[in-house]
Amino acid sequence: MLSIKNLHASVGDKPILKGLTLDIAPGEVHAIMGPNGAGKSTLSHVLSGKSGYTVTEGSVTYNGKDLLEMAPEIRAREGVFLAFQYPVEIPGVSNIYLLKAALNAMRKHKGLPEVDAMDFLTLVKDKVKLLQMDEKFLYRAVNEGFSGGEKKRNEILQAAVLEPNLCILDETDSGLDIDALRIVSEGVNSLRAANRSFLMITHYQRLLDYIKPDVVHVLADGRIVKSGGPELALELEEKGYSWVEGQV
Amino acid sequence: MSNDAYLAAYPALAERLPGQDLAWLQQFRQSGLQAFAAHGFPTLRDEEWRYTNLAALSKTQFAPTALQTAADDLLAEYRVADAALLVLVNGHFVPALSDLADLPAGVTVLSLAQALQQQAAKVADYLGKAVAETEHSLVAFNNAWFADGLWLEVAAKQVLSKPLQILHLVTESTALAATRQLVVVNQQAEAEIIETFVGNVDSYFTACVNECFVEQNAGLTWYKLQAEASKAQHFGGTYAKQARDSRFSHHNFAFGSLLARSDVHSDLDIASECSLNGLYLAAQRQHIDNHTRINHLKPHGISREFYKGVLDQKARAVFQGRVVVAEDAQKTDSEMNNRNLLLSSDAEIDTKPQLEIYADDVKCSHGVTVGQLEEKSLFYLQSRGIDEEAARHVLTFAFANEMVDKVENSSLKALLLKQLLARFSGIEF
Repeated sequence: MLSIKNLHASVGDKPILKGLTLDIAPGEVHAIMGPNGAGKSTLSHVLSGKSGYTVTEGSVTYNGKDLLEMAPEIRAREGVFLAFQYPVEIPGVSNIYLLKAALNAMRKHKGLPEVDAMDFLTLVKDKVKLLQMDEKFLYRAVNEGFSGGEKKRNEILQAAVLEPNLCILDETDSGLDIDALRIVSEGVNSLRAANRSFLMITHYQRLLDYIKPDVVHVLADGRIVKSGGPELALELEEKGYSWVEGQV
Repeated sequence: MSNDAYLAAYPALAERLPGQDLAWLQQFRQSGLQAFAAHGFPTLRDEEWRYTNLAALSKTQFAPTALQTAADDLLAEYRVADAALLVLVNGHFVPALSDLADLPAGVTVLSLAQALQQQAAKVADYLGKAVAETEHSLVAFNNAWFADGLWLEVAAKQVLSKPLQILHLVTESTALAATRQLVVVNQQAEAEIIETFVGNVDSYFTACVNECFVEQNAGLTWYKLQAEASKAQHFGGTYAKQARDSRFSHHNFAFGSLLARSDVHSDLDIASECSLNGLYLAAQRQHIDNHTRINHLKPHGISREFYKGVLDQKARAVFQGRVVVAEDAQKTDSEMNNRNLLLSSDAEIDTKPQLEIYADDVKCSHGVTVGQLEEKSLFYLQSRGIDEEAARHVLTFAFANEMVDKVENSSLKALLLKQLLARFSGIEF
């Protein structure tokens, strides 16, 4: 599904990723943990195509294609979804408009006709229920005036409607209270499927109590320094990031 | 070139203007003519005009015409459903194109020429009372040159069941359409007016002055849609006098013309409310100047002003928002906002909010922003599969649509939405 090989990326002259290698097979859930400044967000930004980063070395292959060659919207249409750490407020654009425009963009890319209005409404309302949101949310401007928890739920709602192949969750758990974390996690778990992979970037082990990863990686100083099963997260929690930073 | 050509042509024109037999009107016109002769069209040296160059008005001699050629397509396109229609062609009221059959009860509609014949004394009570020729020389010019217009009066306590649409249409090249509208909303009455400006010829000059009298506890909602032809010169001023407890709400949509100047002024008596909203969209070499003034003359007045602009290519816009709170106007509550979106590095906005406060117990605020589309918003939409150009259109549309959203008349709202969407290809809302 996703194969990252020796990825080097910088912001300006400053190298952030320094030889990151990672393989994710279909259906797998990978968690990347690491201290602040390790390069976690840079990785999610480079994968989704945000401007401001220069890839200086290495490659990213997604379903056999060169991901880095694609414009951000093409990556999205090919099934790469980024749940933002800080979802953007877009006054004047309603959630339902965005969902429909996004879904139709995917469908067009696949050569499918536009979604039927009634089918769309049924689909969206289903997903809204799944995320335990109020239908009124659909008619509000994207993320405008939403609480932190509502914004994160809204990201997962979008993923649920767009049904991506690769879902990158960038610190989706940060700032959530335990109830919101539970709802968001249930949403994510309901999306797990044999052909859908997840890359969860997080700072806190707590998330992994709710979403069980297949593999846990530790990112430090722009590289993956340790990989293991879920137990690695617990070990990290116990010993702190200084433990892995000491091993770099 | 100067304004001499206009002055030279005036005597011949004057003989054809309505109200020949009214001495007071002759005096009114002569006074306006002299003020215009003394100052000419406003120039960049006039403080309130320093960003707007009217040289084009002197370069071409725009001339009045009595021709009443219609333009059915424009009438159909800009006609607002469920409103009584009043059409002025090249500055003259044309009953045949108007739809007076189902005027709402409680309103008197006359062309201004008719009103001068039938009720001259009443016209004399109102003409020039909401704006003086000393305001600036385009008002003086209109005083001398207006060839027709409308008299609209809503009887006391009448709440009009449907809006009145005033559709100004210009169909002759280099025409001067100088009109004066007098709108009287008597005490406790309510009315809604939709003013539309369109044209189907290259270059022409609209010079329109509206005087509104919103009497005690009455309400007037005024929508202006300026969709003039792309080379037109437009001046449109609406000057309101609000009596005690009255409400005046003005929505100003400026989409067309090459050069447009719009004045919206209101004088507020005790506990009256005024709300001014505006949206200007300008591209290429368009120049749109919006000048507003709210005079809080007495205590407890409330005013809200919100203007937004979107400028592309080499377009230029001016926003001058002035709020004056007189010494006697204690407890005034006033807010003013102007937000601008610049889509091109060649576009320019000159924005100048001005608060002049002479009372000491008031709540007044103002804010201005000038910005571009935000990269993070664009990226967010792209990350959801929407291409960059469409994302730009969606965000620009959303910015502008906030003002269309404030329109309560659903037929007009649909018309405005259509106009707005026509500018942004590839998006559906």
